[in-house]
Amino acid sequence: MRPPKRRRRRAKSFVLLGLCAVAVLVMLAPLASILYTCFVNGAGAITPSFFLKNPPQACNPAAGAPCPQGGVADAILGTLLLVGLASAIALPVGILGGIYLSEFSERPLARPARFLADVMTGIPSIVIGVFVFGIFYFVAQEGWISTFSAVSGYTGAVALAVIMIPVVARTCEESLRLVPTSIREASLALGIPRHRTIVRIVLSSARGGVLTGALLAVARAGGETAPLLLTAGFTTGSIFGLSGWTPSLPVLIYQFSAGGEPNTTQLAWGAALMLVLMMLVISVGARLALRNRFGGRTT
Amino acid sequence: MVEHLNAWYGKTHAIQDISLTFPDKQATAIIGPSGCGKSTFIRCLNRIHETQPKARAEGRVLLDGNDVYQEDPTEIRRKIGMVFQRPNVFPTMSIYGNVAAGLKLHGGYSHDEIDTLVIESLKKSALWDEVKEKLDQSALQLSGGQQQRLCIARALAVQPEVLLMDEPASALDPISTARIEDLIFDLKHQVPVIIVTHNMQQAARVADRTAFLYLGKLVEIAPTRDLFERPAEKLTESYITGRFG
Repeated sequence: MRPPKRRRRRAKSFVLLGLCAVAVLVMLAPLASILYTCFVNGAGAITPSFFLKNPPQACNPAAGAPCPQGGVADAILGTLLLVGLASAIALPVGILGGIYLSEFSERPLARPARFLADVMTGIPSIVIGVFVFGIFYFVAQEGWISTFSAVSGYTGAVALAVIMIPVVARTCEESLRLVPTSIREASLALGIPRHRTIVRIVLSSARGGVLTGALLAVARAGGETAPLLLTAGFTTGSIFGLSGWTPSLPVLIYQFSAGGEPNTTQLAWGAALMLVLMMLVISVGARLALRNRFGGRTT
Repeated sequence: MVEHLNAWYGKTHAIQDISLTFPDKQATAIIGPSGCGKSTFIRCLNRIHETQPKARAEGRVLLDGNDVYQEDPTEIRRKIGMVFQRPNVFPTMSIYGNVAAGLKLHGGYSHDEIDTLVIESLKKSALWDEVKEKLDQSALQLSGGQQQRLCIARALAVQPEVLLMDEPASALDPISTARIEDLIFDLKHQVPVIIVTHNMQQAARVADRTAFLYLGKLVEIAPTRDLFERPAEKLTESYITGRFG
């Protein structure tokens, strides 16, 4: 009676373990393939001029005339500016919102706010792009701000910020909730006022999680293409600030990968590699930052 | 001094009309079966009870003749220190930072004053010799008993006028417990100590006076020796002789 039962159990265990292993491979295969393809096709594009010059006119070297390689300098700059401004808007709003959701959850506004934040994380980013563009278009039409263009880096940054805020707020809320009540009580019992308890004790204890959430949102914003198509536009020329059409790496990849000319295709690959590397740096940076000064990892 | 204190959790009437006095330079123990309101009672004294959702308290708690419930709760909590059941050190702070936290976050202390108070408090809580070499290390590296003494040091650093302890040794091993009890014995000469415990031997060892609470009501308060040897109430007697609870 016993041996066959044990054998069956072993077989089941073996099959399940095998399925898990296959699932891991299926999960990792696209990732490995993406990294590999980006490196193989994009590494060649990464030269000094890649960082210093702007994209050339599309041309085909087979036609005879020499083709300048060009670069994506202003698209890198544009992505940094867009994501930077979006973060400057979204991180304070999101973190303060997360504090409200977690620390003031007994207030009547907290429940609907949490629900709306959840809904907002699910809204397709192109819809947010259209929405923000609509608002800025209206402002431009009404002429409230002179020489204001609806398609501009500012519009793009606001669209990215709208995408980031609910992500930041919800992850911030979740990590603040992980801080045990006993820590809050310890602080309150010392006679530390509630606002200082929240900022200096609770937020500080949860800083690892809050930071992870923030970087997750930054990485997401950095890779967004759809809302930027409508809001920030694209240009192969130089940019001066965010007031005009502002190129970004994702939109550049979108524009150039379909173009078909070898030199711009090469730039698109380089830009893809660049974008992947930037995200990698952000997540590795997040991991390093999570190590606290005592060498251990915080939550 | 406490007069007619009542406390609720939602609709549950957890503390029912308790009045008693805590003398200076003495340790008072509060004993009683689980759920009788011991913790709730002392949590009302520093107004930490009301920080929980749906919890409220009524009555008068007099400290130096002023009603705690008429004053600013943060100021009151600073005058009435508290040590909790489980050590709750601030996880992201160093040993030094934990003790200094109250002083730093209140503001108004110079670096030298903070240094002096931190060292003094660590000495008072009998932790100084064990941590003086590693003040800048994480407080989480300490053992449970050391963490609890760190919490005591943290509470003492803001120079409270009363020290509340909510079962301070119940999560600790016997040796750490003995150290905490020795500490209470020393501390009561500096600040009145009010200690909640479910351990009657502990009450007998550390407290000058003992109060017995049952179902949210004060049954009896007397000098510890009298309460254990000649309880006035039948209920007290059956509890301390182990017939219920």
